[in-house]
Amino acid sequence: MISINQRAVTSEGKILSNRKIGAYHHIIIEIEGIAEGAKPGNFIAISVGGVESNMPLRRIFAIYRSKAQSKYGSIVEIIVAESGKGSAWLTRQIEGSTLYITGPLGTSFPIPADPINVAIIGGGYGAAPLFDLAETLKNKGCRVDALIGAATSAKIFAPLEGKRTVNSITITTEDGSAGKKGRITDVLEDLLKENQIELIYSCGPMGMLKAVHEIAERLSIAHQISVEESMACGIGICMTCVLPIRGDDGIVRMLRSCIDGPVIDGEKLIWSEGIPPETLGRHL
Amino acid sequence: MSFDYSTSIAGSVFSNPIFTASGCAASGRELAQFFSLKELGAIVTKSIMLKARSGRDTPRMAETPSGMLNSIGLQGPGIDKFIEEDLSWLISSGAKVVVSIAGESVDEYGALARRLRGIKGISAIEVNISCPNVENRGQVFACHPASARAVIESVRINLGGEYPIIAKLSPDVTDITLIAEEVINAGADGLALINTLLGMVINPKTLKPHLGGKTGGLSGPAIRPVAVRTIFQVHAKFPKIPILGMGGVSSGSDALELIAAGASAVSIGTASFGDPYATIKIGKELQELLISHNFPSLADAVGIAHDR
Ligand SMILES: Cc1cc2nc3c(=O)[nH]c(=O)nc-3n(C[C@H](O)[C@H](O)[C@H](O)COP(=O)(O)OP(=O)(O)OC[C@H]3O[C@@H](n4cnc5c(N)ncnc54)[C@H](O)[C@@H]3O)c2cc1C
Ligand SMILES: Cc1cc2nc3c(=O)[nH]c(=O)nc-3n(C[C@H](O)[C@H](O)[C@H](O)COP(=O)(O)O)c2cc1C
Ligand code: FES
Repeated sequence: MISINQRAVTSEGKILSNRKIGAYHHIIIEIEGIAEGAKPGNFIAISVGGVESNMPLRRIFAIYRSKAQSKYGSIVEIIVAESGKGSAWLTRQIEGSTLYITGPLGTSFPIPADPINVAIIGGGYGAAPLFDLAETLKNKGCRVDALIGAATSAKIFAPLEGKRTVNSITITTEDGSAGKKGRITDVLEDLLKENQIELIYSCGPMGMLKAVHEIAERLSIAHQISVEESMACGIGICMTCVLPIRGDDGIVRMLRSCIDGPVIDGEKLIWSEGIPPETLGRHL
Repeated sequence: MSFDYSTSIAGSVFSNPIFTASGCAASGRELAQFFSLKELGAIVTKSIMLKARSGRDTPRMAETPSGMLNSIGLQGPGIDKFIEEDLSWLISSGAKVVVSIAGESVDEYGALARRLRGIKGISAIEVNISCPNVENRGQVFACHPASARAVIESVRINLGGEYPIIAKLSPDVTDITLIAEEVINAGADGLALINTLLGMVINPKTLKPHLGGKTGGLSGPAIRPVAVRTIFQVHAKFPKIPILGMGGVSSGSDALELIAAGASAVSIGTASFGDPYATIKIGKELQELLISHNFPSLADAVGIAHDR
């Protein structure tokens, strides 16, 4: 299966604004050609470190929002959490700085044909791509309930505009500094039942996705996940970002999460540590 | 007088000397959305094995200063599926194709060579005997003169002279010219230099090896001086054997270094991860540099550092 995002372009963008929100940086970039083809769930790959960089690989960020014809031209917005050197470099870039970007890349969230009840579930900055999705779903007539969780309030990403888009928003923090104290999974089951959710979209760390999936599976609710695997290229040429996924033919293969993902049907992912024994060509 | 940018490796002619590196362009299709593959000298496909292979555990990569480690472990669909789906597509796209093969035994290399006979549109076979991503380092055929020779002999016999054979060697040996000598005597028409160097990263927080496969191959700008040295040494000893050079090339000037050391063509690997257009950009820069040095052709620059 090869599903390369045919709309991807590589071009030069300019930072219009870089603002801190809580633990994250909200960066708005003016760039031609990316918003034009972007769909909720797609990501971009950004070069870091400038021309003399000793960081040869691009960094991957989910598109938070994008707009082809804003008053500032074509724009793409991302939410950046400082992790290592590359993301730290990015958060230091000031207005007017140039960024080299490839995108939009990867799969996007499938949109149901009928107006159904859906839940969007975001862990930390994983909430970023879900609000644009919520807007698309609302326009389709869906009811959208949001559940956003993080370790602490500074890591909750729930922008005001996003809150307005959804029918309800529930927040959980592990330290109790915002919303309900605890984890997403502590409140998830009640939320799914109360709102008669028929489809879940989730984005966040693998541990969270797995915990959500266990509940989704038990309640027989469809679950679309957006995964975050280490990526060296983001365009399908290196084979670093693979996950075990069951194909329509029933065979489990290690597929590239940059082109066959990051959005994957939770039903098709094999939720195991390491390479499952039934994987095609497993030899270890 | 117009500048001649073409190159040839053991009788196969390429319009320019910039190739992709095996394992850094998948089977070509993924890059084709960015530019026409015909713009490249050739696509070198990901090393293919006889049977489907899942590769090693994740994480499979770690960025290092000016480089990266990978431990992919030769993931691939197996030769039959590769020929049917990937190779046929590549050939029909009009791209020049170098097929890279990798086996677990001498016989497997022979079987792979046999499967590739009679396919129109292959320009050369690159024989990867130097992949560091195998569980048993003893399998790195390019680390032992006798096994390196046995593999190339098996490939030569089974190919029946249909395509030029390029043997891809590992820099992780004491004297690479000894291995080169063995494979040349066994019938290699050209050499690919260099594969990645075996490396390792330990996570300073968990104190565990970072890669799922524990060790991985080091590539990128960090290894370029090793590539230049290796190509220089081998070209000095075997000036008539064409070399496909690679290792950390990310600009036209980097490529020119490898050519001056003795490479007739240059493969681009890790640089394509940072920029899908790296091959195209490097190709343009190299051509401009060669012209500005007043070389009438690429061929005139090959190995020039040995005369200066
Ligand atoms: C589909 C997808 C969407 C993402 N969206 C966001 C987002 O919206 N906001 C955000 O802050 N982060 C996001 N990430 C994670 C982000 O890519 C990493 O945090 C970032 O690459 C770390 O780079 P670094 O230089 O700071 O860290 P380093 O650890 O120095 O990175 C070293 C190398 O490993 C890779 N790497 C390290 N961690 C990750 C990781 N978690 N995921 C992928 N590659 C990694 C980097 O690309 C780099 O090549 C996303 C990742 C993926 C795969
Ligand atoms: C992710 C990755 C996968 C690779 N896979 C292969 C492979 O399958 N066969 C092979 O001969 N070399 C493989 N290589 C080695 C490259 O072809 C090349 O020799 C090496 O990376 C040095 O070039 P570079 O610094 O330009 O990347 C791989 C390298 C990388 C980074
Ligand atoms: S990140 Fe390179 S193949 Fe997915």
